[in-house]
Amino acid sequence: MSRASADVAIIGGGLIGVWTAFFLARRGQSVTLFEKGVVGAQSSGTNFGNLRLQGRFPGQYPLSLRSHALWEDFEGLIGEGCELAQTGHLYCAFDADEAARLEAYAQVSESHGLAIERLAPHDLRRRFPWLSDRAIAATFCARDATANPRLATPAVARAALRQGVEIRENAPVTAVTRQGDGFRITTADGRGLSCAALVNAAGAWAVHMAECFGETAPVFAAGPPQFVTEPMPMVFAPSLQTIDGSVIARQTERGNVILAGYPRTAADAVANRAPVPPAKTLAAMRALAGLVPALAQAHVIRVWSGIEGYLPDMIPVIGRSDTTPGLFHAFGFCGHGFQIGPGVGLCLSELIMDGATPTPLEAFSIARFRTPAAVSEKFLKEFDRPGDTAIKRSPETVPTIGHG
Amino acid sequence: MSSIVIVGAGPAGIAAAELLCSHGHRPIMIDEGERAGGQGYRRPSPDLDLDMHRLMGSEASRYEALHRCFAALAEHIDYRPRTLVWAIEGSTLHLLHEGRAETIEADILLLATGAMDRVAPLPGWTLPGVFTLGGAQVALKDQGCLIGRRVAFLGSSPLLLLAAKQYRQMGGTVAVIADTTGLAAKATALPGLLASPRTLLRGLGGMAGALRAGTPLLHGVTPLAIEGDGHVQSLLLRDAAGRERRFPCDAVALGYGLKPETQLADLAGARFAYDEAFRLFLPETDAFGRARPGLYLAGDGASIGGADAAEASGALAAHAILADLGAPPAAAAVRTLTRRVARLRGFQRSLARAFAWPVAQIRALPDDTVLCRCESVTIGAVRTAMAQALGPVEVNRVKAMTRCGMGRCQGRVCGPALQEIVAGASGQDGTGAGRLRGQAPVKPIALSAAGESTP
Repeated sequence: MSRASADVAIIGGGLIGVWTAFFLARRGQSVTLFEKGVVGAQSSGTNFGNLRLQGRFPGQYPLSLRSHALWEDFEGLIGEGCELAQTGHLYCAFDADEAARLEAYAQVSESHGLAIERLAPHDLRRRFPWLSDRAIAATFCARDATANPRLATPAVARAALRQGVEIRENAPVTAVTRQGDGFRITTADGRGLSCAALVNAAGAWAVHMAECFGETAPVFAAGPPQFVTEPMPMVFAPSLQTIDGSVIARQTERGNVILAGYPRTAADAVANRAPVPPAKTLAAMRALAGLVPALAQAHVIRVWSGIEGYLPDMIPVIGRSDTTPGLFHAFGFCGHGFQIGPGVGLCLSELIMDGATPTPLEAFSIARFRTPAAVSEKFLKEFDRPGDTAIKRSPETVPTIGHG
Repeated sequence: MSSIVIVGAGPAGIAAAELLCSHGHRPIMIDEGERAGGQGYRRPSPDLDLDMHRLMGSEASRYEALHRCFAALAEHIDYRPRTLVWAIEGSTLHLLHEGRAETIEADILLLATGAMDRVAPLPGWTLPGVFTLGGAQVALKDQGCLIGRRVAFLGSSPLLLLAAKQYRQMGGTVAVIADTTGLAAKATALPGLLASPRTLLRGLGGMAGALRAGTPLLHGVTPLAIEGDGHVQSLLLRDAAGRERRFPCDAVALGYGLKPETQLADLAGARFAYDEAFRLFLPETDAFGRARPGLYLAGDGASIGGADAAEASGALAAHAILADLGAPPAAAAVRTLTRRVARLRGFQRSLARAFAWPVAQIRALPDDTVLCRCESVTIGAVRTAMAQALGPVEVNRVKAMTRCGMGRCQGRVCGPALQEIVAGASGQDGTGAGRLRGQAPVKPIALSAAGESTP
C-alpha cells in the first residue's frame, strides 16, 4: 500500500515534522513522514505546553509571532482542538537584578509589537492576590497562551493525513543515501522510499542524519521533568514563571497544576529514557509552594518527562543543509520548540517549495557549528551536568547512514 | 554491615525480618500502616475491642502467631510505621513520614508490598455504597463497621463467601452472593485446587454456610448495573439461566481477586512479564525472590499466593539475602520453603481459573460505563480514541490520549480493566496491550512535604 516515492520525506513525527508535512501537503506535495515510534510521543507530547512570547531569543521574534498566529487559528487550520487557552504569562522577579532583566526582555518584546504590562508589588498584590510577596516585580503578556501538548501533535498529524500525507509509525529509519539529486530512505522493516527533498526533524536523534551528510551539531539529549497535581479549585489563571527558573507552573482549565522541573535532566536517547529525579520533584514543589502558598496542600499525583535535543547556544538548527542540496534540518529546539513548531513547519514548506521564506532564519543555520560553538549562559545554568550530557552512542543502535 | 530495608509489615515482611534478625541483622522495616500485620492480618485499634478471634475464624491462630512474632521482633528491628516509600532512585528510598519527605539508603531492598483488589467496572460502580471486597473487610477489621445493612457481594472470588460470612456474623444482611464464573469452570479447576485442601475446605464450608443462612448464591452471573439515586439501592444482574434479577441492597462489595502492588518493584528496576493465568504483568524473580542484584520481592506483591505463601516467600527471600551476603546455605529449609511457595502459588493459579477475571464481560461493557473514576473517563471515550486515525493501541498511549489512569490512583484501580479494553479493541493479547508504567510518586504527596523554600 505504501508509496515508493514522494516529493518530500520527513524523518521525525514530532510537532515540527507533522506541521511541515501538513503545510507541504496543503500545497499539493506528496509527503511521507517516518516516525520511529508514534507521533508526538517525545518532547512534543511531554513538554509543558507553554506558548510564551515573553523573554524569547531576540532573533526569533519574527518566527515566534508568525507561529503564534497559527496557534491562534489552530482549530480553523486543523479541524480539532488542543485545549488552547489564552491565559497570559506572568514573568516574576525576586530581586532588583532580576527585575532589570525582566525590563530588558520587555523592551525586546515591545520592539516586536507585543504589549507588555509592568507590575510593581502593589499591582501584583491587587491583581494576583495568590502570589506571595517574594515576587517584587513582574511583567505580564496577555497574548501568551498554553495548549495541551499530548493532543496537539496527533491532531496535526491527523490533519496532515487528511491532506494526503502518508505517515509511517513504528518505522525507524536505518539508512539514508543520496540517489541522484534526491534521497533514498530505508526503514528497519526493509521498506524504502525515494524522495526529492528530505526534512531532518528527528529531534534528539537528528544529529546522526546530519553527520552522514558531512555536517554536525553538538546536540545532546535532556528531558524537562514535569509534575502535575490533582485538580484544585482555580487559584491562578496565567502561566507563571520566575526568571530564576525555579517556578514554571500553570493551572489547567480542569484545575490540575502542572510544574516543570529545573534545571533540566540529562536523558538517554539510546535507551529512550528521560529520568525524573525525585529531588527535582521536591525542589519544584517547594518553590511553587513558596510562590503560591495556597497550593501548599495540593498533592502531586504524577510526574513525567520526554527527550529533547539541546544545543550549546540554546537556539535550534532550522534551515537548509550546509552541504547537501535538498536536505533541510529542524532540530535541537532546546526546550522551546512547542511555541515555534507551526511557524517552523510553515517556513520549511516555503524553503522547500519556493526556495525562500520571508521569515529570517539565518541565525539558526547549521553552518554555525563548523567552528566550536559559543556556550550560552542559559545553557550552563539549565542543566545538571552540561559536561556529561553529550549524546551517548552505541554502535548497535546508530543507523548506517551515508552517501550512496 | 549492609543496610537491609524491608518495605511492608505483612506476613512476608515479618517472616523475612524474623529470619534476618536471627542471623544478627537489624533490618529497617518501613510500613504504610499504623500497625503491623498487612491487609489480611490487620490489627484493629485497641480501643475498638473487636473480637478478632471470632472475626479471623479458621485463621485466628495464624493471626495471633504473626502478631506474637512481630511483638518479639520489635526491639530487634528499626520499625517505621506510617511511612510511605514514594519513590526509589538507585539505592535511595524517598520516604514520606508525618507529612515530610526524607530519604534513606538501602544496600539490600526487600519489597513485600502486598496486594490490592482488582476491580472490574460495571455501570453504577462509582455510586456511593460500592466498595471493593478488601475495603469491605478493612471496614470490618480496622473500624469494626459494616459497609451497609444489606450488602450484595459481587465478583469472582472465593473471598466473597468468606466476607459474606463475616458480615452475617457481625449482624449484616447479605442480599446476594453473585459470582461471575460458572460452576462448570469451577469444576474444571478442581484438580488444581486440591493442591491446597485446607483452603478448598474453607471455600466449601463458606458455600454451605451461605446455603444454611438462606443467602442467594449464584454462579455464572452477568452483572448489568448497580442502581440507585445518589446511593446504592439495588444490584441488577442476569443469572446463568438468562433471567434479569434485581437485588435490593444499600451496599455492594466487588471482589475479583487481588493484584500485586508492583509500583515500587517497577521503580526499583524489576522486570515484568505478562502472566496468562492472572492476566496481569508480574515482576520477574527467581524461585527465591531475587529480581536483580540487591532487590528481592516476596509475598502477594511478587505473585498472588495468599498469606501462607507470603510468609514462606518472605522467609525464602531472607534466605536468599543471607546467602548473597555469604552466609552458609540452609539447603533443607530453602528446599521446603521453595516447594511450599510453589505449591501455594500454583494453587492460586488454579483459583484464578475457578474464579476467573471476567474478560468477556469487561470487553462487552457499554460505552457509557466509567472506566477511570479519578479522571471520569468512560469506556466509550477509550474506544473512540483508539478508533480514530493514528489512534493508540497501547495502554500508556491510551492514557496519554484519554487521561484514563492519569488521576490520583495512577491506574492502580482501572489498569487491569483498561488493559482488557485495549487488548479487546485492538485485537491483541495482554502482552501487546502493554503495561501502565509505574512512576513516582506512587501515592499523591502534598507540596508541603518538600519543606520550606529558602529565599
